Parts: sequence; structure tokens; C-alpha cells
Amino acid sequence: MFPREGGRVKPAVFSYLDPRTLEEALGALADHGDDASVLAGGQSLVPLLNMRLARPEVVVDVNRVPGLDALRVDAGAVRVGALVRAAAVERDPAVAGALPVLAEAVRHIAHPQIRSRTTIGGNIAHADPSSELPAVLAAVDGAVVLRSAEEERTVGWEEFFVSVFTTAREPEELVTEVVFPVRPELEFRWVEFARHHGDFPVAGVCLGLSLADGAVRQARLAATGVGDRPLRLREVEAALTGSVLGPETAREAGELAGRAVDPPSDVHGSGDFRRAILATLVRRTIESWPGQAQRGRKGAAA
Amino acid sequence: MKAETREVTVSVNGRELTRRTEVRTLLSDFLRHELGFTGTHVGCEHGVCGACTVLVDGVPLRSCLTLAVQVDGSAVETVEGLAPEGELSRMQQAMRDEHGLQCGFCTPGILMSLLAAERDGVSCERACTDVLGGHICRCTGYQGIRAAIRLRWAELEHEAAAPHGEETPA
Repeated sequence: MFPREGGRVKPAVFSYLDPRTLEEALGALADHGDDASVLAGGQSLVPLLNMRLARPEVVVDVNRVPGLDALRVDAGAVRVGALVRAAAVERDPAVAGALPVLAEAVRHIAHPQIRSRTTIGGNIAHADPSSELPAVLAAVDGAVVLRSAEEERTVGWEEFFVSVFTTAREPEELVTEVVFPVRPELEFRWVEFARHHGDFPVAGVCLGLSLADGAVRQARLAATGVGDRPLRLREVEAALTGSVLGPETAREAGELAGRAVDPPSDVHGSGDFRRAILATLVRRTIESWPGQAQRGRKGAAA
Repeated sequence: MKAETREVTVSVNGRELTRRTEVRTLLSDFLRHELGFTGTHVGCEHGVCGACTVLVDGVPLRSCLTLAVQVDGSAVETVEGLAPEGELSRMQQAMRDEHGLQCGFCTPGILMSLLAAERDGVSCERACTDVLGGHICRCTGYQGIRAAIRLRWAELEHEAAAPHGEETPA
């Protein structure tokens, strides 16, 4: 039988705070700083606690803080409160209308039983270098709203994502909102390759294009899984701008994307493998883009 | 450092229960070791396998990634609540009919996910892919489980089409 003590609990001892107001939550973070971990959806933090890879002295559970679960969509942006669950974004008709790529990317996160708890704020704050949403945020030039007991500040994605699991968030700050600007002039796609649906992708891309007469007027390309944080591939964007979509453009853009990154090797694949996957994803995404001039070879949908 | 404890009150399958537990206790362990609901199985303990899936306030989640203190005041549904002792729910019967299990370790979690899917009106296709995708089964190769889902979803369709008042008794 399991012993009464020691055998059944997995996380190391911590003290648990479940603030009932934002002020209380920010006060707890001000008091405990680096010794505290914020618990939102818990889908990344609790595995780390269970395996004792994380041993915070204090866990600040923000799930009972009111006002953090607002999902607002206006002409300018999709504003996702820190506690909005992935499942809510996936199902929200306003998100589907304003920024469908966000819902599409969310559907690639794990499984429904995880998305029911995963929060958008937590996903962004965790800054996993293979995660989908940081790359979407990069593609739309989004930002993260941080609050401390002292002040509120808005940090652009490029400044926010520092490195693997490392962000510009100070220990006394809480991510309160993630802002995904709506860019109606661009059409975005999310494409990724993972070993199994629901796994973190080996590589994933968020491509945004605006076309006029088959030529690219504007391009945005962000990638995940190929660096220590989400990357914007600006040289590919520049090469695409003004070009006419077709098999040649697609192949060249893919090759350029592969050369633009220097992914690390790990158990999920070598750096070269990730580079090759990225090149293929970029090429195929462009090849299958609707509305391009037909040049005989591939029957891309008009 | 002394382990901090708290009193947790939770309704499990409609029964209100209160226990004092360590704040670090996972909901999965709370259900099994403190409350005796051992039908909830514990596999990987980091959210991947799905064996520990239960419903909290109707929402399917991994009980191994939830702290017991977080569900204070909530309603939890576990596999024990699916049917009275000695009886099978319709989904359980379908699993039995279609050989949807062999060792049965993963089955409680799958049944809870499917219960939520059934209530949410999830399509048969999505139940067989998205929802089942959140569970690892190392015995069946999933074909039997999918056959069971198709059988149960066909029943649901039939029930929805049946004239009012002709539901089969439970």
C-alpha cells in the first residue's frame, strides 16, 4: 500500500496562495518575486512540479482572480485576457471572423482535454521555443501586457521573447493580456509538422500575404521550433514582396527560409532536419496559396 | 519546510466530501488515496497519457495536472459515477460490445472524455480523432475504441430521431 507520507505526493513542498483580486495577486508577486511561480492553466507548470524540475517556494494560483478571463475582439485587435482558455479561443466566433489563424494555431496545441485548461497568457509567458502561439504573435506584430503592483507596461513580442523559456517579464509582473493585432489587409495561414497531432511541432510557420493580381504586396513570415524563440524571417518577407506566386517563388522562399535559421539539434531532430522541414513547410504553404496565377504545373485552387 | 495543508470540499459524482490535504496533492492522488475513487487511473503523471482524465464542473481535464486545492467547491465526475454498481452506461456497453478495451488501464479516462464529448454534441468524426487523440491505449490499436464510439454515436443519432417519449429506459 501507499505510505501515508512521502509515497503519493509528487511536487516538492510549496506554499499555496490563491488571491481573489488582481491587487492581491500582484502583491503576492511583489512579496515573493523569484521564489514564486504563477499557476494559470497549469499544463506546463504542473508537469514541471511533478518531475521536480521546478521547485518554487510559493505557487500563486491566479485562477480565482476576476477580470483576467476577458476575450475582446474589436476592429484593431484580438485582446486575450491572461486566463482565457485555449478552448475558448478555438470556439469563439469573433476570433474566427477577425483572426482565424489564431484559432487554427490553437487547434494544434495538444488535445481537447489540455486545451480546456491551457491559457493563452500562460502559453505566451512560458515561451516554449516550439510553441505555436509565440510565432502567431510574431507574425501579427503583437504585444504582451504586463502588470506589477507599481505599473502596467506593454511590451512588443520581439522584446518579450528573450530566449528558451525566458521572457522580459520581471518576477513581480503578471501577464494580464496578450494583444494580437488584426491585420485585415493580410491573409494568414498556420502550417506545422509534428510527429503526432498534438505534439510540439518540429517546425511551424505562420505566413501572412496580401496579393494584388497574383503579386505579393506584403508578406509576413514567422517560424517556431527553429530557434531559441519565435523568429520573423524578414529576408524571406523581403524576397516575397513584389514577386508573383508560383512554384519557383515557393521553392526559392523555402530555400531562403532554410538558410536563414540555425536551429539546435535535440532528441526530436537534428538542426539540419528542422531546417529542411522549415524549407518544405514554407514551399508548400506558398504552393497551395489560393489566388495565384496558374502556370500549369500544380493545380492550386483559384 | 513543513507541508502546508488545506481543507478541500468537493462533490464527487454528487456526493459532497471534505478532507484536509497537503496543498501539493494532485487531484488524481486526492481522488485515489484520500477519497478512495481508484477508478481514476494514473499513468504518465505529466498530462500525456490521458488515463487520469476526469470532469471538473463538466470540463474534461487531466487530474494529474490539477491540484486538489484548485477544485475546492467544484463538482468532479469520475468513472465510478457513470452507472450504478454492477451496471454499465451505454458507452461502457458499447466498449464491451466492440472490444474497445483489453487491459482497461486507459479506459476510465477515455470514458470521461467521451462523456464530455457526448454532452457537447461533438461529432462522431471528432470524437474518434481529436478527443480520442488525447488518450494513449497500448492494447487495442484504437480500432475497437473507434468502433465503440461509432456504435454509441449511432445510438445517439437514433435517439435524437426517435419520437418524443419513446426513450429506452435507463
